[in-house]
Amino acid sequence: MSRARADEEEYWHSSKFRAFTFDDEDDELSQLKESKRAVNSLRDIVDDDDDDLERVSWSGEPVGSISWSIKETASGSTGSLEGRDSSLQKGSSSYAPVPKQVSSYSLSSLFKGRNKLPSFQSLSDALTDTGVKNYAPELRRPRAEYKDYSSDWSPKDTVRRMQRGKVCSLERFRSLQDKLVLLDEAVAGHDGNVITAVLIFLKRTLRREILFQELEVRQVALCHLIHFLRETGEQKFLLDLLRFLDRTEEVALSQYREHLNIQDVEKRREFLKGCIGLPFSPEDTSHIQDHYTLLERQIIIEANDRHLEMAGQSEIFRKYPRKASILNMPLVTTLFYSCFYHYTEAEGTFSSPINLKKTFKIPDKQYVLTALAARAKLRSWNDVDALLTTKNWLGYTKKKAPIGFHRVVEILQRNNAPVQVLQEYVRLVEDVETRLNVATKYKCHDVVIETYRDLKDRIQLIAYKCKVERGSAEEEKINSLLNNT
Amino acid sequence: MAAHLSSGRVNLTALREAGRRELREFLDKCAGSKAIVWDEYLTGPFGLIAQYSLLKEHEVEKMFTLKPGRLPPADVKNIIFFVRPKLELMDIITDNVLREDRGRSPQRDFHILFVPRRSLLCEQWLKEQGVLGSFIHREQYSLDLIPFDGDLLSMESESAFKECYLESDQTSLYHAAKGLMTLQALYGTIPQIFGKGDCARHVANMMIRMKREFPGSQNSIFPVFDTLLLLDRNVDLLTPLATQLTYEGLIDEIYGIQNTYVKLPPEKFAPKKQGEGGKDLPTEPKKLQLNSAEELYAEIRDKNFNAVGSVLSKKAKIISAAFEERHHAKTVGEIKQFVSQLPHMQAARSSLANHTSIAELIKDITTSEDFFDNLTVEQEFMSGIDTDKVNNYIEDCIAQKHPLIKILRLVCLQSVCNSGLKQKVLDHYKREILQTYGYEHILTLNNLEKAGLLKPQTSGRNNYPTIRKTLRLWMDDVNEQNPNDISYVYSGYAPLSVRLAQLLARPGWRSIEEVLKMLPGPHFEERQQLPTGLQKKRQQGENRVTLVFFLGGVTYAEIAALRFLSQMEDGGTEYVIATTKLINGTTWIKSLMEKLEPAPF
Repeated sequence: MSRARADEEEYWHSSKFRAFTFDDEDDELSQLKESKRAVNSLRDIVDDDDDDLERVSWSGEPVGSISWSIKETASGSTGSLEGRDSSLQKGSSSYAPVPKQVSSYSLSSLFKGRNKLPSFQSLSDALTDTGVKNYAPELRRPRAEYKDYSSDWSPKDTVRRMQRGKVCSLERFRSLQDKLVLLDEAVAGHDGNVITAVLIFLKRTLRREILFQELEVRQVALCHLIHFLRETGEQKFLLDLLRFLDRTEEVALSQYREHLNIQDVEKRREFLKGCIGLPFSPEDTSHIQDHYTLLERQIIIEANDRHLEMAGQSEIFRKYPRKASILNMPLVTTLFYSCFYHYTEAEGTFSSPINLKKTFKIPDKQYVLTALAARAKLRSWNDVDALLTTKNWLGYTKKKAPIGFHRVVEILQRNNAPVQVLQEYVRLVEDVETRLNVATKYKCHDVVIETYRDLKDRIQLIAYKCKVERGSAEEEKINSLLNNT
Repeated sequence: MAAHLSSGRVNLTALREAGRRELREFLDKCAGSKAIVWDEYLTGPFGLIAQYSLLKEHEVEKMFTLKPGRLPPADVKNIIFFVRPKLELMDIITDNVLREDRGRSPQRDFHILFVPRRSLLCEQWLKEQGVLGSFIHREQYSLDLIPFDGDLLSMESESAFKECYLESDQTSLYHAAKGLMTLQALYGTIPQIFGKGDCARHVANMMIRMKREFPGSQNSIFPVFDTLLLLDRNVDLLTPLATQLTYEGLIDEIYGIQNTYVKLPPEKFAPKKQGEGGKDLPTEPKKLQLNSAEELYAEIRDKNFNAVGSVLSKKAKIISAAFEERHHAKTVGEIKQFVSQLPHMQAARSSLANHTSIAELIKDITTSEDFFDNLTVEQEFMSGIDTDKVNNYIEDCIAQKHPLIKILRLVCLQSVCNSGLKQKVLDHYKREILQTYGYEHILTLNNLEKAGLLKPQTSGRNNYPTIRKTLRLWMDDVNEQNPNDISYVYSGYAPLSVRLAQLLARPGWRSIEEVLKMLPGPHFEERQQLPTGLQKKRQQGENRVTLVFFLGGVTYAEIAALRFLSQMEDGGTEYVIATTKLINGTTWIKSLMEKLEPAPF
């Protein structure tokens, strides 16, 4: 938070922005409470079982909803016998079609098809043909009619039949020309299901180079094939295709994605090593390189630390046993880990924080933030102090926090730092308003008092008196300040 | 049961009825007792069409969820799989079928019902596993547009946006067109079609083609809809990224509404009965259905959350007063009348109790410092402030390892509001994200880039300010209590998509040609001929009905904004909304993220 609090307040009040808060005068929280009280008080009047109005099981699902019934019927042991008997009888009877009202539409009745057309009719002829046949009662057809291998459907009709979910033989489309017409028809129909089916057929029956060439000028079909190859995990075919298309970045990413499927860390590391040379964009290349280096480090650190922990010699591992392995964790987490367990190590070791910082060019801000969190968690206040102290060339020391001291205080407070420690850093918060806010929030009375003293704000000082304990040193301090002026 | 579907201008019960009829027809085909094995994702959408009672009437005795292993024992004649056409589900079905005890008698028959379409790819897959022949019926159930409320339809197709914009797979558009054909069959041909975006163009083309190819679908129903507006989600990538500030929008942002149901933490709903002393605190989440069937919810759901508290407290007073009436009831007749009103009053009371609790839960969050900070940054970006440099709050959130999706929402919002980020800024964010959350997220970042959500500024020109000003996307004087503009749904930001719909109705898109050209994809108009006799003669003062179809998802806040326009006194247009999926920024970004864990089977 770079914008100082004071500015922020002013900004909100003066600018056109609206904060999302409830109106203060019309305190709605109390209104809500009031409604709730009113509502609850009514319970006495109404029936005790009012919760049952809608017959809702406690999980809230209305009794009889589908997901509720799944639980219910699945837990019951066997179905009722009578139910089965009657159903068996029904099963033997042939299922007569349910008479249908003429005016009403069932979903299936909406799909009407065309009469069978002579084969190889030209596309333009097919468009003008108006012969219509109603395919609606498809649901009730005998099964045999389903697999219609009738061999003389035009490409257009074949596609249309497939759109309706019928199985069609594609084998008779032999020439390249026919196959491509079929594909174009499928694409024009926009049904991905059919497009994919045709592509599977082409993939099986065409030479790779020819297929690739033809797909290059048919982008929609191409996308479907890529999607299909991804879905079915045909990695090698996919990479060949992408390479042919010169989509090198995609090849790289697609290959890199594979590492997620490798569980064994050694193998994963090897795999990542192989990814480094892939044609990523320049920025991505450095990230991939870092990914590999990080895993390599983690493997070394993990082996070492597991050993240390098992041996039980190292105090830090005895006191704070590791909760999980560091393998495959993000960089910042790894840095935290190394600041926690390996803080004092020399720069030369792989597990030292400074080494990580240098290797991965971790920005100062990120480093301080992480180290601070780790050392504060160990309540190692001296390390915190050292981390924030810099020496200038004359040998004077100075406190510096690239993340701002209000953030330092926040982190320390979260780790239950004692008031004395907190106070020291609260004092260093530069902006007065922020300092007062933070000091009040964390009860660093001394800082509040000193700040008011420096501001010569008598009224605030008097007001603050009621916030400190009666008879405490702080109260005395305020009194003496008030008397002195 | 579904009375709320007929409450709107268009009676959507007919659509639900059509769905139920087809379901019954299929069930009756598999004669005898049955067990249904459910792809769990489908139970929610199906629940909006039919209850268990309907299935039971058609001899469904058992229901299981689909999982690998042996199917549970059940003495039924038929086992029916209700599944989406997905390969990983086919693997589970294969496993189920192969483990079926061949020796058992009587043998059970297997069937598959694909929802919403049969898939040749899946059947091929089953064939390769050698089980395709085991299925007697393989059918499809065209559950394209599911009625969610009196003015709302959704396809609940989770991956539609990803498929359309990342994978260029237009199957979901095909389903959308099919759904629209069904709708036209039930509610008449829609005479006017407008659209903006590539996908919109595709859907319109498919509709026209389907109509030409199946002239039989020419119907003689008097058209209910005057206009169809097809909108690509990628025309307005901004809106879903911002935090919705309507009541329903916030419930969805915080708890997630699924198929009109929401699961809430149970503590606030604990029944306070005397003598129990809170010993049996419920641990299971409280599940509530949210739709316009509930009078109070219909009234408050589209309000800005800041206006909800006062309505609730007003209602509480009214109800208290109503219950007080009993003291004044003296005569038998009066008492009788009071008693007759009791059920209604009890329902109102329990509804009020629920929403008071939900409002309390939400308020805990909206008053938190982080919610405030996050909203501040969002509003800065949307009003065009500091969109071209690294944002401190975002950096802080990364440092504190806030959920990655939250970070991505903010960074994408900044990118969209700046027509792309400066290369240096983009690189900085990328680096921080990868170092903090893991390098493998490079795949997700790439997906976002492909979808246009996160990109470098290429032209060197930021169009957003022009678009913002022309379409009045940022309104300074927003009134949350008694709104006079749609911008109340985001407390200042007027959703671009809805603004387009509003301007189309009045004064027409010709007034914003320049801006339309800046937004991706073509804009167009098509007319569908109506047979003479079906042309509408509008009554004086009668509103037009426009169906707005969001291809790639719509948020509850956008729905609220359209409902607001419907209710405007001099609006002249009422809206019905359809979409491929109900989304919010979180679910949307999630659908674009690379799945990092390998599938469990």
